[in-house]
Amino acid sequence: MTAPHSPTLDDLAALVPDGASVTVHKGDEPDVPMALAKALIRRGVRGLHVITLPTAAYPASGMLVDLLIGAGCIASVETSGISLHELGPAPRFSAAVKAGTLKVLDATCPAVYAALQAGAKGQPFAPLRGLIGSDLLRHRPDWKVIDNPVAAPGAGPDPIAVLPALNADVAIFHAAKADAEGNVWVGRDRDRLLAAHAADTVLVTVDERVPGHFFADPALAAGTIPAALITALAVVPGGCWPMTLDGGCDLDAVRRYQQAARTDEGFADYLAGFVGTAVPA
Amino acid sequence: MTDGQPARPEEVYASTIADLLAGVRRVAVGMLSPIPGAGALLARELSTQGGLPRTQVTILGSQAHNRFTNGGAELFDLAGRGRIDAFFLSGGQIDGAANINLVGTGDYPATPVRWSGSFGSAYLYFVVPRVILFRWEHSRRTLVDAVDFISAPGRSEAGVHRPGGPIALITNLCLFRWQKEAGRFLLQSLHPGHTLDEVRDQTGFDFDVPAVLPVTPSPDARRLALLRGPVAAQIAEVYPAFAQQVFGVSTPVS
Repeated sequence: MTAPHSPTLDDLAALVPDGASVTVHKGDEPDVPMALAKALIRRGVRGLHVITLPTAAYPASGMLVDLLIGAGCIASVETSGISLHELGPAPRFSAAVKAGTLKVLDATCPAVYAALQAGAKGQPFAPLRGLIGSDLLRHRPDWKVIDNPVAAPGAGPDPIAVLPALNADVAIFHAAKADAEGNVWVGRDRDRLLAAHAADTVLVTVDERVPGHFFADPALAAGTIPAALITALAVVPGGCWPMTLDGGCDLDAVRRYQQAARTDEGFADYLAGFVGTAVPA
Repeated sequence: MTDGQPARPEEVYASTIADLLAGVRRVAVGMLSPIPGAGALLARELSTQGGLPRTQVTILGSQAHNRFTNGGAELFDLAGRGRIDAFFLSGGQIDGAANINLVGTGDYPATPVRWSGSFGSAYLYFVVPRVILFRWEHSRRTLVDAVDFISAPGRSEAGVHRPGGPIALITNLCLFRWQKEAGRFLLQSLHPGHTLDEVRDQTGFDFDVPAVLPVTPSPDARRLALLRGPVAAQIAEVYPAFAQQVFGVSTPVS
């Protein structure tokens, strides 16, 4: 897929087909693409399979996934946790599970990382310790248990879980800045680099474009996603609202959302104000 | 201000957690864990005063108390190598075999009550040597005979790689010790103001009771000063609502 030279949010949203698998991030860094999520809701995207990397359980990341669930954009989610962090449960997530309208593939955080790392390397699967004896494993027929094939001779049985690689169709995230070449700076947060490596299409919003290129400064280069991995980049100041670039979050804004989203009617009103339209049918 | 006031329950729990972390080199604090975070930060403050190696604390979600540079996977990579000594896990349900359930009640996946998810439990419970379980609501709906969904099992069959596991369970009524060989909890102490009958009434699983049952120590003046000073200021970065409620720390919305 190709993108215009200076894409808008709607251009980015158009690159997310119905039914796509999409990675989103955990929201302890200013990685939450709320403005893009709003554009996706406006476009009326349907049937997404969202993979949270590895959770959406900070206030802003939980709110983003909850909004997309409530707006009817998500058919299934693979996650290790969805909540509004210390503010409490994510209301639309809870309601959708109860109503049976959302399929949940329950995971554990290192399993999401291991599967994406395998996907990023083009390997078919990744082994992972733990898991054995859990109901997570029992309900994941795609996860297998094998006997460690490289154990020392005579060491006895050593069962270990193996997880199929994850390659999302699309990675979406926000970042503080991109340079003139379109390289994206994410600091020490390697999760966005991992998502970019593992996904086929990478859509990024940034607060600003700055002149020059980050590779001129080794300190910045270490925290940079090369432009070659980015499919499309839109400049959206405040695109990670209610997060701020220092990693903080406007908790009152999330509380207002949480309060509204407790009921179907309250959510519909909130969504109409949020995206400027009624809930798509 | 909270200076000079008696210890609040949260301060008793945090101080108890600091005791459970004695001698730990590296402790990590996961999601939705403000009191464990306060306990870990208290343990670090105490470690600097005893001439011992300073306890390293990593709090997920913190910029200030996070020395990771390889993304969210780094915690799990370190834990897999035995480099995380202690961690905290909770559960919507915890049973007498120390199985924890972070997913929901009833028959999965049609859970009548759905919780947020299993987070790192199904891995960290296996590989971190000192896992401290916490569940502040001590009731028959939280401490059950058998959990409805095993996010992570308390014990593993022989042959399964399992260097880690639980050491204790702390609630709003008491502290239990986990007896690894017996596979049962032992009531270790009652929190101030609570009774054995109350614990028996509110616990859905069988547990052992020692002949002499002490009261959980309340933090002394020195610990309270640490909790209400540096610890309160530090935990407010990640848990502003908690810090305001317990310690009266107000943080501006950034």
